[in-house]
Amino acid sequence: MTDATATTAASGTLLRVAGITKVFGTLKANDAVDLDVAPGEIHALLGENGAGKSTLVKMLFGSLQPDAGTIFWKEEPVAVANPMQARALGIGMVFQHFSLFDALTTAENIALSLDEATALSTIAERAKALGDAYGLPLDPNAVVGDLSVGERQRIEIIRCLLQKPELIILDEPTSVLTPQEAEKLFVTLDQLRGEGKSILYISHRLEEVQRICDRATVLRHGKVVAHCTPANETPASLASMMVGADVAAVQRTGAGSTGEPLLEIVDLVRHAASPFAVPLSGVSLTVRAGEVIGIAGVAGNGQGELFEALSGEVLQTTPGQVRLRGKDSGRLGISQRRRAGAAFVPEERLGHGAAPGMKLSENLLLSRHRTDGKAFLGPLGVIRSGAIARSTKRIVSDMDVRKSAEDPEAAALSGGNLQKFIIGRELDRKPAIMVVNQPTWGVDAGAAAHIRQALIELARSGSAVLVISQDLDELFEISDSIAVMHNGHLSAPVPIADATYEKIGLLMGGAEPGHAARDMEVQA
Amino acid sequence: MRPGTWKFRREGEEGVIRIELVKRPQHSAFFSAMSPFIAFGLTLVFGAILFAAIGKPPLAALYSYFIEPLSEMWSVHELIIKATPLIMIAVGLSVCYRSNNWNIGAEGQFIFGGIAGSLIPILVPGFQNAATLPLMMIMGMIGGAAYGAIPALLKTRFNTNEILTSLMLVYVAQLFLDWLARGALRDPNGAGFPGSIRLSSAAQLPEIAPSQGGAHLGIVFAVIAAVVVWFMLRSTLKGFEVRLIGSSPRAGRFAGFSAPGMVFFAFLVSGALAGLAGISEVSGAIGQLRETISPGYGFTAIIVAFLGRLNPLGIIAAGLVLALTYLGGEAAQISLGVSDKVARVFQGMLLFFVLGCDTLIHYRIRVAGRAIASAMEKS
Repeated sequence: MTDATATTAASGTLLRVAGITKVFGTLKANDAVDLDVAPGEIHALLGENGAGKSTLVKMLFGSLQPDAGTIFWKEEPVAVANPMQARALGIGMVFQHFSLFDALTTAENIALSLDEATALSTIAERAKALGDAYGLPLDPNAVVGDLSVGERQRIEIIRCLLQKPELIILDEPTSVLTPQEAEKLFVTLDQLRGEGKSILYISHRLEEVQRICDRATVLRHGKVVAHCTPANETPASLASMMVGADVAAVQRTGAGSTGEPLLEIVDLVRHAASPFAVPLSGVSLTVRAGEVIGIAGVAGNGQGELFEALSGEVLQTTPGQVRLRGKDSGRLGISQRRRAGAAFVPEERLGHGAAPGMKLSENLLLSRHRTDGKAFLGPLGVIRSGAIARSTKRIVSDMDVRKSAEDPEAAALSGGNLQKFIIGRELDRKPAIMVVNQPTWGVDAGAAAHIRQALIELARSGSAVLVISQDLDELFEISDSIAVMHNGHLSAPVPIADATYEKIGLLMGGAEPGHAARDMEVQA
Repeated sequence: MRPGTWKFRREGEEGVIRIELVKRPQHSAFFSAMSPFIAFGLTLVFGAILFAAIGKPPLAALYSYFIEPLSEMWSVHELIIKATPLIMIAVGLSVCYRSNNWNIGAEGQFIFGGIAGSLIPILVPGFQNAATLPLMMIMGMIGGAAYGAIPALLKTRFNTNEILTSLMLVYVAQLFLDWLARGALRDPNGAGFPGSIRLSSAAQLPEIAPSQGGAHLGIVFAVIAAVVVWFMLRSTLKGFEVRLIGSSPRAGRFAGFSAPGMVFFAFLVSGALAGLAGISEVSGAIGQLRETISPGYGFTAIIVAFLGRLNPLGIIAAGLVLALTYLGGEAAQISLGVSDKVARVFQGMLLFFVLGCDTLIHYRIRVAGRAIASAMEKS
């Protein structure tokens, strides 16, 4: 790998991006991003969800136009107006979500993506030849609907290679592959690099980036935080670059007291519901009155599965796995858990925490119809719109929700304002237990501070607060202790006084000795 | 083939072409509200073209189709008789469709309501008192609801597509009724003709204005059902649940509502209303159980539900419009000598244009893909 870096440094850059900026409304998705890719290099683009990776590559591929900055292709400034032009330059892209028609054959799908009309039989021959050359065997006449995910990805890669690109952009290619399929992909990528082609490899899987990438550019909140050589880094150091190591000065409102345990998770087990889900294995945690406990972890390590299990959207197999205020609640549904004093804020706002096409007042009813049935519902379940309107108004003013109409649809609010409303909807109940997943995802700094303050105050008033977040800064700011989720395991919580970014980063990489021992036990 | 993709062969070329619907960022509220009227207008225009094409004077034909049936009191009563089952069924379907449950089998639930409701007066003809009619109506609702519960059970238990099962059960119901009317429930003194004994007057729904025409109490049930369901959907927690699960199923689960429970609720409500429509038709309009009791009300009610924007009050108006196409079809058969199947054509056009308008209000069309010149041997 060092050889490759050395040779490419001599031969100049293939792609160079200087000061690229893209603004969506008030959000700077890309802020003066610099990046260069040498010929024959696999270059990793690292970053958390929402760090701006997709925005950047969409501009490289012509799907989006930058607001500022320049793209240099072979040291010439270019404007990439659309994907067709990107392909003409020699930039190919394999998307994370395939754009294939199930009912068509492999060859027909490839034909649809070509810019010039070509005979199907010619396409079939060329695709087969390319596939054999790169260890991506495929049957041009197979109907896509019958193929596995790995085989479909091969079609996407072949389709891309047929355009003879010099730069191939791969968006999280291994997220849909089995380990064995991923191994085969790495061999192909190695071969492409050997032929002098460049690859821009988007991922947040640190192990594979270390294994196959020559250099890496790390994005965070739309900015480049580092250019580095993955081989010289550790998973922990890469993780801390991704999530940020700049500790904000925190003013705490008193240390977390240790009251009675309100939320107890006891050896929680959940089997994977789908091939891409993460199973939970023996998760245990106690959250006491008055404290905020944070759960850190790289995305997709079981946080979503844990949230669903705690909220009661998915029930446990035995009642004792989740205990609310000292009562076994593992077999209770979400409404009963709410009535036991718990409140939940899911990661996704539209479509999960709120219904996009419904008014704010109706979205208030969404999570409160069982806990506040007396106030909001009359006989025969008739909705008391007056009482609901008053509560909605109170939440809107308490949380400073900015809206354009008296009672707008949820989808009409900005993400941050809707999140403030959803959190406010739960805080308004003064819940004894609050479980929040990604409280400030995509929320602007001011609103985020407001939400964090509200969570701390809730805990100080005697509630138990559990915050699942990928933003380490946030967890260090509000938590009394931090536990780390990795591959469905939850570490023991680290008290904030002992927690460092390095320590948490190490746990996020799965490097805790305790984990290794447990893994070995499982295998034995 | 996947919808939206076509293979074609032309002048030795073979290729694939793709037509996509792209969601509009914003849709016009004005056109949304106007869509039923635009659809009706388009139906009239194409109806006129249709009549012209078969050599009938278009304007006179449209007059005898849509205006003439409204010119006399007795035919207004006929209109109400036809509108009654359409409204009742469509009101139930609105609950189904709003909650994203695609019950296409109301015709079968209608038939089972008719059968179950007429069991008492046919098997126990001597039971004639004030309880007869209410019992028949309740039996009809139970019959329809029970038949509607089958696709609901299959969907919740085995994840079966309810469109297919509910539709297929229609044919089962039709054949079962045919068998009953020719066998088990046939009038022994009927000279071998199919059909049950005539219902006694105590088992027939009274007419609302006997001196003017035959419209029966069923229309009152239909209007009450529409108003109750309208209020339920608009102002109660149950209605909120219906709308929430239909529009955002995951948010529905987060709200603590049960999706399988909603499948049953929707199918039982729509089944019960279709069953009530069935027994009302047998008891109020026909007067006996015959081998066929419906000219496709259960299917036409699907059009009524969409034309009424899945709003029970809109459905009352839409039911009257669709009832008119039935009457017009009969009138056109007499005065123009065209087949009464024209009614089906009009109904089909109306549904096509409503759905077409709705689609174009929410999406625009984009053609992607192209012809691929080919000398392909295989196909």
